Amino acid sequence: MQEYYSLFSLPERYAIDPARLEDAYRSVQAQVHPDRFAHRPEAERRVAMQWATLANEAFRTLKSPLERARYLLERRGAPVDPERNTGMSPAFLMQQMEWRESVEEAASDAVELERLHRELARDERVMFDDLAQALDEAADLPRAGELVQRLMFMEKLRREITDALARLEE
Amino acid sequence: MAYSEKVLDHYENPRNVGSFAKEEAETVGTGMVGAPACGDVMKLQIKVNAAGVIEDAKFKTYGCGSAIASSSLVTEWVKGKTLDEALGIKNTQIAEELALPPVKIHCSILAEDAIKAAVEDYRKKHDSQ
Repeated sequence: MQEYYSLFSLPERYAIDPARLEDAYRSVQAQVHPDRFAHRPEAERRVAMQWATLANEAFRTLKSPLERARYLLERRGAPVDPERNTGMSPAFLMQQMEWRESVEEAASDAVELERLHRELARDERVMFDDLAQALDEAADLPRAGELVQRLMFMEKLRREITDALARLEE
Repeated sequence: MAYSEKVLDHYENPRNVGSFAKEEAETVGTGMVGAPACGDVMKLQIKVNAAGVIEDAKFKTYGCGSAIASSSLVTEWVKGKTLDEALGIKNTQIAEELALPPVKIHCSILAEDAIKAAVEDYRKKHDSQ
């Protein structure tokens, strides 16, 4: 399968320029757009369609900071297996449990939920910076894998908070 | 996706929710596990008597119905078991008892790993004395 970074002619690094990614995606999409193949033979139309699907998938993956890291780890032979890997650091899990308790307790307190959301965003930013460092500078794949797993918990937390806020607005 | 009746029963009436008091820490083993795939976090505690038998268990789980049911179920199953017997509980038994669909198998894995982590924590505390 065509590799995502080369599909968009981008260097295979974690740090990515979102504007450049967007431009590259649009240019690939324009080349394989169904309108351009409307009068072409069936086989060509099918191939164009496959390229368009691949470009969508590649764009979606590279655009997401978490999915991009998982993709790079897979490419480098250290895929994250979030289904099987339950042995996270107890201190981290304890902190997650405390976060979830705080969200539960603040269920009807929009101000507190907003505050938790900001705190979470701050922690996440630090972790994403560490992740970029681990992937692009240190080439420390175990560290990067651990950070990806932690960030998956953070994403779940974020959803819990936004869901709680949405329920308050109803 | 529909939950099985047994999952719903444990979900609506979870057994043994909570934590043991800090004063009991000496006889308690705590297992913390988490599943990054769904962001579930599970804490399982076992209280072990002088004969090495688990006399009580408690859990706290943030997760889907299947994760809550799996942990609720194992708190019932480990009671009266020795540590080694508790380690014999397999995720396949949990999944079978609760009729978990394939996409929820990881919840039963989480519960099995929580037992292992709790036993390990208890043994670590007692071997180092």
